[in-house]
Amino acid sequence: MVEPGSLESRLRAVRAKGRKALVPYVSGGISDDWLDVVRAAADAGADAIEIGIPFSDPVMDGPTIQAASQRSLDRGTTPVGIFGALADLDAGVPLVAMTYYNLVFRAGHRRFARSLVDAGVAGAIVPDLCLEELGDWERAAVDAGIETVLLAAPVTPDDRLAELCRRSRGFIYGVSVMGVTGERQALATSAGILAKRLKAVTDKPVIVGFGISGPAQAIEAATESDGVVVASALMRLVLDGGGPTEVGASVAALRRALDGG
Amino acid sequence: MGAPGADGRFGEFGGRFIPESLVPACLELDEAFTAAWGDDEFRAEYAAILRDYAGRPTPVTECHRLSAQLGVRVLLKREDLAHTGSHKINNVVGQALLARRMGKHRVIAETGAGQHGVATATACALFGLDCVVYMGEVDVERQALNVFRMRLLGAEVRPVGSGSRTLKDAINEAMRDWVASVESTHYCLGSVMGPHPYPWMVREFQRIVGDEAREQCRRLLDGSDPDYVVACVGGGSNAAGTFAGFVETKAKLVGVEPAGGAALGHGVPGVVHGSKSFLLQDEHGQVLEAHSVSAGLDYPGVGPEHAHLASIGRATYVQAADAEVLDAFQLLSRTEGIIPALEPAHAIAWLVRAAATEIPLGSTVLLTLSGRGDKDAQQVMEMLS
Repeated sequence: MVEPGSLESRLRAVRAKGRKALVPYVSGGISDDWLDVVRAAADAGADAIEIGIPFSDPVMDGPTIQAASQRSLDRGTTPVGIFGALADLDAGVPLVAMTYYNLVFRAGHRRFARSLVDAGVAGAIVPDLCLEELGDWERAAVDAGIETVLLAAPVTPDDRLAELCRRSRGFIYGVSVMGVTGERQALATSAGILAKRLKAVTDKPVIVGFGISGPAQAIEAATESDGVVVASALMRLVLDGGGPTEVGASVAALRRALDGG
Repeated sequence: MGAPGADGRFGEFGGRFIPESLVPACLELDEAFTAAWGDDEFRAEYAAILRDYAGRPTPVTECHRLSAQLGVRVLLKREDLAHTGSHKINNVVGQALLARRMGKHRVIAETGAGQHGVATATACALFGLDCVVYMGEVDVERQALNVFRMRLLGAEVRPVGSGSRTLKDAINEAMRDWVASVESTHYCLGSVMGPHPYPWMVREFQRIVGDEAREQCRRLLDGSDPDYVVACVGGGSNAAGTFAGFVETKAKLVGVEPAGGAALGHGVPGVVHGSKSFLLQDEHGQVLEAHSVSAGLDYPGVGPEHAHLASIGRATYVQAADAEVLDAFQLLSRTEGIIPALEPAHAIAWLVRAAATEIPLGSTVLLTLSGRGDKDAQQVMEMLS
């Protein structure tokens, strides 16, 4: 049983120790050994792990996560299957489900929230639910003790930013760039600007994601924020045939970079 | 069919299910459209372009031979005679004017059959805007002529190889482009779907079809309205525009979906591409692929206002299967000398079936012929050989 609020308290504890948080992403069901990939990421120093629940039409995702989602769906992955597998996993770090709203809507808000709780998941990210449409899911999530992480974009105006920070739980997900997920040559300058704006209006942990492709960019993105999400760079390893060893090594390298070593 | 509220709802359907990155753009568009649609100058310019450039008003044609054969009086609203060959021009002229008004110099669009892509490329050529059209690889292949037309008009056509490689995936890719380009780019959505204000705005830009047809029918019918108003439904823009002109009359409104992509017929409520509507999906919420002979109707969802009209019983949604659509395609060609697009051939197919079963003898039917069939001639030739 996950203690409600465990995601935010975990990330606050990381910050209190003067460290930057590392949140790797793993597409649920991407391979036979995907649970071992999750364990390897946890063992290599993740502070929380995002678990992708694949959707057929992921409009906020670039080619890598699209391919990861498609591979997972082609393998017959279902949300129910992922939840069942996670229920038997003790990763030792908080898990955050990342999916699209139709899967939540189809299951029913309360049923979906209950499924997350039963799977031992602490939080949820639903990128196509903007503030105006958030209410129904938010109520179900709060009642179940699920922390809903909201995304802030570089174009989000100040008044919305404040509202997002007020309603986001667990952490605030700063979208580094105007665009979809995926590796990029360089970190967008918008990443630092957004992180600063967020830090100015909230005390909650601010984690930056989208386009963080390696250790150097992780360090850069964490300069103004409390940590980073890394997704496509890790899932590309799995799509290219890698497994727990490769992902674990990559997460360890990110960990060392963020820890200043 | 009035304006939805600020939340973009038609009853329980519609809304704005989008990432935060797109919220400012949708709010800006909502504001710009609301202002423009209340601005007499904008309305006058829109009307003038549709008149002088696109050939409006399109006629209503009485189909004497088909009427005699079916035992019902058939009137066709001839959107096939609008510039670019379909009703799509009505919407893109409106949106291109809006893009210019908002200071956006680049326009992106999705297309299925290619009619919306061709119309968008046309409007962009007319206004000197950059144009990129996303089109599923399957559709690029079966609508090669429209791909060539778009390129001829100066647009860049980007084939989409993800997912089902049809309209649904072209929309996904256009949305991904828009997230990254939103400050300079207007997304010219082709149907009454997507996040608010699109379903409302596109219906308003298409209501000229229904408004014209109502007046034309009253002239033909000594001041009365048709008993039935029929249109095909994929996303549902020509049907929404047609119905908007007749929703206050006593006419029965009938939308005809493809049997292989009947979101209202076989779907359940869901959320994709920014709005809540009926959707073909599995028990987990994964969107299913539609399968229709018509690329323009090959879409697993439907505009939210149609979901609303269905739920309150104001419109009825029925289906036509590929085989009867091919028959209807040939029937209208032979009896009236009008080769319809495969999309409105669905409406004809239902009419043929319903005239023999449920439509009372002597009824009057207004059917929107949303586009011409030139683009489909090659495909139908191969299917019939």
